[in-house]
Amino acid sequence: MTINFRDETFRDDFTFRNSPEAIKRFPFPFHEDSYMYSVNMEPHKSYRPGSVYERTFDVDEHYVSEMKDRAKVLAEDPLRCQSLPHMTLAGWDLLELIMVSKAEEYPDLFELHRDGNKWHWINKPLGIDQKFVFLDEATLPYGPMEYITRQTQGDFAVLDQRDDNLWMDAGMVTTQADWSLDFDIGMNFFEWHAPVPKAHEMGIFVRALKFLLNVRQGAPARRLNWTMTVNPLLDTSPENYHKWGVMKQDLTMENMGEKMHLRVELQTFFRLPRSNALVFPIRCYLIKLGELVTEPKWGRRLHRVLRDLPEELATYKGFISNRPKIVEWLSKYDDGKPTSPGIWPD
Amino acid sequence: MPKTAFEPSIKSRPIYGTLEPRPGKSHLMIADAEGAEAILDLAKSTPKGMFDHTHIIYIPKKTGETFTGRLRELNPAQCYVGPSYEAALPRLRRVLNDAHMGLQVYLSGSEGLMGQAMLEATNAGIPHSAIQTEHRGSTARRMQCVHCKGITEDVTTDPFQCAHCGLHLFVRDHYSRRIAAFQGVRVDAEEPGNVPEPVERFK
Repeated sequence: MTINFRDETFRDDFTFRNSPEAIKRFPFPFHEDSYMYSVNMEPHKSYRPGSVYERTFDVDEHYVSEMKDRAKVLAEDPLRCQSLPHMTLAGWDLLELIMVSKAEEYPDLFELHRDGNKWHWINKPLGIDQKFVFLDEATLPYGPMEYITRQTQGDFAVLDQRDDNLWMDAGMVTTQADWSLDFDIGMNFFEWHAPVPKAHEMGIFVRALKFLLNVRQGAPARRLNWTMTVNPLLDTSPENYHKWGVMKQDLTMENMGEKMHLRVELQTFFRLPRSNALVFPIRCYLIKLGELVTEPKWGRRLHRVLRDLPEELATYKGFISNRPKIVEWLSKYDDGKPTSPGIWPD
Repeated sequence: MPKTAFEPSIKSRPIYGTLEPRPGKSHLMIADAEGAEAILDLAKSTPKGMFDHTHIIYIPKKTGETFTGRLRELNPAQCYVGPSYEAALPRLRRVLNDAHMGLQVYLSGSEGLMGQAMLEATNAGIPHSAIQTEHRGSTARRMQCVHCKGITEDVTTDPFQCAHCGLHLFVRDHYSRRIAAFQGVRVDAEEPGNVPEPVERFK
């Protein structure tokens, strides 16, 4: 398997785009023509070769450029990566999980050689060759969580489990849908989800927490979440909202297919062996509406979902002001025909 | 001034109770302004001798001498009256550093005072759920600008201007115990210059 890593940007000139192969494997999040919150968890098992569900940590054509973007975000704002003092062991757990998975599942891209605690990690796409001592922080250039998540797509929330709750006590968050790690670090599951409308009243978080507290080692889970983003911005943080918020004004019927993106999060949940922490990777996939409508089923369905979405959700997801334009543009791709069940293209 | 009734809000927003005496080897009471009244009310039902083991740290702010005499009349083992929270902080840290099992912590007054003192107490290893709080007096908020991270104290209007970077921010109910502040976000991010007239929401 070879991946042609694209050289592209998620800022300034926004040269990000998906190849036809990447469009085909996009994790379209709607299994029917409407959307409402649900816990929608399933086992994170390898499924559908070639899809984003095939491997433990999906690596795609955007990998190298996404890691360059992460390094830029961290250089501008080091508070995007934080770990409370008791979370270091969980960081080592996470490093092990990622290195072992990637070396096994992408042997042509990553290698891990272990001799007791003497480890040798080779990351070919990023040109990294690192010898270090497992569990000895002094032998890595960053803490273990920061080290490995600078080399892994997606945000990472590392959750401590105590008092029948999950506590956001560490994280690497540079590609987020408008929430702040620096503000939320140390909060419990209900507190960091506090701003989400409706879902508390629906009992979603009580059920989700119950599920997550019981995730066992070796039996990870996953779900999809989504929002809409103008321009292919990975960093839609509250910290920089005063810079990217204004871009929402630039959307027109003419540039809709190029500028408007469906943003999908593949959220996975893994129990970590030594710390008993839960790691919650939040992997962001972007697709231009112009790319998305090349799959007729997806164009039809997205039109119906966005048109019928409750106003509160469109407001929370931040596209209420642009919704009329988006729906009008998508309506050209909805001929009213029925759509097949499930998320996959026809 | 009676204790404040807050509107129902989101789950990160702190909820305050009513101080009540709890068994303990020693007692630390930290209050600002009208928060003194919560201590005075508490004193009506404390077991005999409790104030012999009580340290009061009090910042009167605008209330001046209104409550200081009555607090001293409780005859606490130690009673400190200070000009500001910042001035009281080294003392508070020293006291918490020395704290033993069986210390009870009581906080009363403004949200900013309670939030900051709770942060010190939790940093010293006391679980936040074991600390009693009672809101009295000003509902002004301690706000963190999510953009520049600067803290603006005693915010009464929404929107307000960040004391550090000057952006106009709206006031969220999202609250961080670790920062001891609510979150402020630029109000005109999507339409720069379109800043709504500030409304006095907190007094």
